[in-house]
Amino acid sequence: MLRRKKDGLVSSEDETDWAALLLRVRDHQDRAAFAVLFRHFAPRVKAFLMKSGAGASLAEECAQDVMAVLWQKAHLFDPARASVATWVYTIARNRRINALRRARRAEPEELDWGPAPEPDQAEALETRQETERLGRALAALPTPQRTLIERAFYGELSHSEIAAETGLPLGTIKSRIRLALDKLRHRMGEGPKRT
Amino acid sequence: MTIRHHLSDQLLMAYAAGQLPEAFSLVVAAHLSLCDDCRAQADSFDAVGGAVLEEAGEIAMGEDALARTLARIEWLPRAAAPKPRRAAGIFPAPLVDYVGGDLPAVRWRRVGGGVRQAILPTDRDATARLLYIPAGTAVPDHGHRGLELTLVLQGAFADETDRFSRGDVEIADEALEHTPVALAGQDCICLAATDAPLRFRGLIPRLAQPLFRI
Repeated sequence: MLRRKKDGLVSSEDETDWAALLLRVRDHQDRAAFAVLFRHFAPRVKAFLMKSGAGASLAEECAQDVMAVLWQKAHLFDPARASVATWVYTIARNRRINALRRARRAEPEELDWGPAPEPDQAEALETRQETERLGRALAALPTPQRTLIERAFYGELSHSEIAAETGLPLGTIKSRIRLALDKLRHRMGEGPKRT
Repeated sequence: MTIRHHLSDQLLMAYAAGQLPEAFSLVVAAHLSLCDDCRAQADSFDAVGGAVLEEAGEIAMGEDALARTLARIEWLPRAAAPKPRRAAGIFPAPLVDYVGGDLPAVRWRRVGGGVRQAILPTDRDATARLLYIPAGTAVPDHGHRGLELTLVLQGAFADETDRFSRGDVEIADEALEHTPVALAGQDCICLAATDAPLRFRGLIPRLAQPLFRI
């Protein structure tokens, strides 16, 4: 996967621990940690929204909204369940649906265990590693397949186009997501201890 | 409860990508509320979105963007802790949001043959409705022009393809002409969404169709 220079360092597997930063926002309203998250994610959200068809000023405004929601909902973030990039993505996607389609998206019920007060370090690390593996798997896809996935997530493919598209490498992704299911089951199994 | 009929990967991906019409997203959210397997899959497709975002490139924010956002969050209340959106009745929480309550809050309209329906307010790209089919009753033989998702909430129905009970989703497209029959024992309640009007094969239901938006 393409790795960019960040803060003068070529980042590798041990790149910035975004989840730790977001937990500092969550637990201590840490503005310095928020600023680091902002500098990394806001330009990506803006790029993502522009690729989704938003003009520069709308994308700028929405990217600020997305980062403000990230602050506001930090206490709902669960590093064992999602990476920060995934969490930011879901906020950006919902903002896009509101702003560009003027529609809403029904959300499922909350799982009753919610974020654990003391995040399990091992689970959080596993989620992070799984996310990195997923990123590498996507980057390793042949260009036409990767482009299809990107177009789907930029909102360029309608749901019927996604349904009709046989070139989507959903199998590749599925092999990655088996772990997420196992992890979820594991946590559901120990749910009562957390409530 | 064992769910045997799940959402397709394509639907879960379209949901994660934010590309489903609101009516379909309601059926998906209702099914995810009942089905841990599909919920985990959906979370994983969200993670694909996260990976796409990470690689979307960067477009510089305005110079004062961080300062303005920090100034804004001064005034933002913390979002309330998630209210326990755990449904107590037969409707999953996202459906309760649309109906304004559980089963007793539904405003049914008769559509003939004892079948009742209630259309839910969504955007116009697709239609969502609740169906009430008395036990043992058939829904008129029909085909589909577009995509139709039917989630069973109470009772069960069977058609030429299989049997569907609480939590199961039937995914029907142009290829399927079927006659769903509510099984004996309990009246069947379903949440259905379609992106095209149903067409009935019998003459009378076809005439009634524009009237009832069935």
